[in-house]
Amino acid sequence: MGIELRNISKTFGEYKAIDDISLNIASGELIALLGPSGCGKTTLLRIIAGLELADSGKIILESKDTTNLPPREKNVGFVFQHYALFRRLNVFDNVAFGLKVLPFRERPSRSEIRDRVEHLLKMVQMDWATKRYPSQLSGGQRQRVALARALAVNPKVLLLDEPFSALDAKVRQELRRWLRKLHDEIHVTSIFVTHDQEEALELADKIVVINKGRIEQQGSPQEVYDHPANAFVYNFLGNVNVFHGRIKNGKVSLGNHHLDAPDELKNIEEKPSQTFVRPHEIGISRLRSSETDLTGTIREIRLHGGQIGLNIECEGLDAPIEAEIPRELFVNLQLAKEVQVFVTINRVRVFTGDYEI
Amino acid sequence: MGYTVFYLSAIVIVPLSMIFFNTIPMGWEPFLNAVTAPRVLASYRLSFSTAFFAAVVDAFAGLLTAWVLVRYRFPGKGVLDALVDLPFALPTAVAGICFATLYSPIGWFGQILARWNLQIINTPTGIVIALIFIGFPFVVRTIQPVLEEMELEIEEAAQCLGATRWQTFRKILLPHLFPALLTGVTLAFARGIGEYGSVIFIAGNLPMKTEIAPLMIMSKLDQFDYAGASAVALVLLCISFSMLLLLNAVQEWQQKEYRS
Repeated sequence: MGIELRNISKTFGEYKAIDDISLNIASGELIALLGPSGCGKTTLLRIIAGLELADSGKIILESKDTTNLPPREKNVGFVFQHYALFRRLNVFDNVAFGLKVLPFRERPSRSEIRDRVEHLLKMVQMDWATKRYPSQLSGGQRQRVALARALAVNPKVLLLDEPFSALDAKVRQELRRWLRKLHDEIHVTSIFVTHDQEEALELADKIVVINKGRIEQQGSPQEVYDHPANAFVYNFLGNVNVFHGRIKNGKVSLGNHHLDAPDELKNIEEKPSQTFVRPHEIGISRLRSSETDLTGTIREIRLHGGQIGLNIECEGLDAPIEAEIPRELFVNLQLAKEVQVFVTINRVRVFTGDYEI
Repeated sequence: MGYTVFYLSAIVIVPLSMIFFNTIPMGWEPFLNAVTAPRVLASYRLSFSTAFFAAVVDAFAGLLTAWVLVRYRFPGKGVLDALVDLPFALPTAVAGICFATLYSPIGWFGQILARWNLQIINTPTGIVIALIFIGFPFVVRTIQPVLEEMELEIEEAAQCLGATRWQTFRKILLPHLFPALLTGVTLAFARGIGEYGSVIFIAGNLPMKTEIAPLMIMSKLDQFDYAGASAVALVLLCISFSMLLLLNAVQEWQQKEYRS
């Protein structure tokens, strides 16, 4: 039974960093705590590690109450954003540190320590660098050493605080995939904190979306992405077009246009609403395909890898629409700046109520 | 580079070489006689040993103070921080007079210590106390910036790996701070050897017992024995310089490994 958080709260002065969070994490899962900066996700991680004390609530780690234990008795592995390697120790000694500081009776013999460290370094593909010092390694290499160091003490849970955010995009991608693979091999319960939705979607078994010290939604990446519980989650998970309007008699207003409201909102008399459309759920064509199509003019074209981003000014809408189409389609339609197109909105999500982004 | 050499020459090397040139006309024999006189030898021994002990005490006190100043927030911290520099600013004679008053048999501390028959004034212990005061800011001010730039995360990482506070200090912090600590202690030590003003008031200046080397130089000057004074100074200079050089070498050797 992995980790159970019960009603954790934490305030810093007036500021409520964590507001009554409860969470269950099964053994062997890889969990992402996802949220904007300042949402309390790092604080939550630090509370689990014992680096921060919760004002109230309980932390149960493998059916043992560890709420008030100091970090060194919690047996967690912590990986820091900026690696926090020991500069004066070489790679081998960094990884061996956790074993060498064990009380004499529990400490493995020298040769056992050596075998374990070498095994770990091989696993993180850093076995060629045992004698190097951290200053001689690149960021990605340092983070891998930090990971090996955290795993050396056989932690019950591995906590990673924005582990890849200090790395450049290419290395980040690579390390992400590699971490996923590593986790599939060793199955240690892991929690990582990130503000990068892409990272969370790609890496995690389960995503916990946090905002203002509270959990907005939790579930598998698929669930969270396809069925966001509220406007915040929808907005936070990926790019989005937002239209402010009103919902009235089963219709949602979108500028001068009206769309059918989703079934669950059909019966609402009248309320302010927000309509969300993902850029890739927008269809573009040169010919009008239905009555509800919007007419627009392309104002900007941006390259996003294999996708093309379009900024389209539509008649009757006060803000331009962001759309994303495959490169192939872009070429086939012979699109260019100032070209007139028809815009089909394939899928919308409508949320009512006043929500601020 | 050229600028540095010029600067060093103008303000350090040329003035100091005067000591050398003043000593040369003396001849070898009188030089040896001057610097191996028992009183002079005793003063060297005293100067180096007291400066050494004071520097060691400063290492501990300075480390602790720097730690508190960097890691804790408390009211009056700014004042305390400024107080650290006071030994730099205060004319050392003032410090000397203060210590002499405090530790004299009728002074605040002197009275208390007299009950156990302990005497500070006119003893090497008194000299050490004065030198601790003088050398203290050197240690604090060299360690402080290193401590400040050190991330708390490093300590937290050690804690998460199961290290006790002592293990964290011993295995992580101390090696990290060591070069700065060594620099600070060296500076304090060097300052202690040359310190004059504050010491002479508390030392009592008893020949063979509490006469420090700078005082020997001054008293020779008072007797218009310029050559003798510069002979003593030359030896003092050579010993100090070689010790500083040695400590620098130790530091260099310490640092080399971690650089890429």
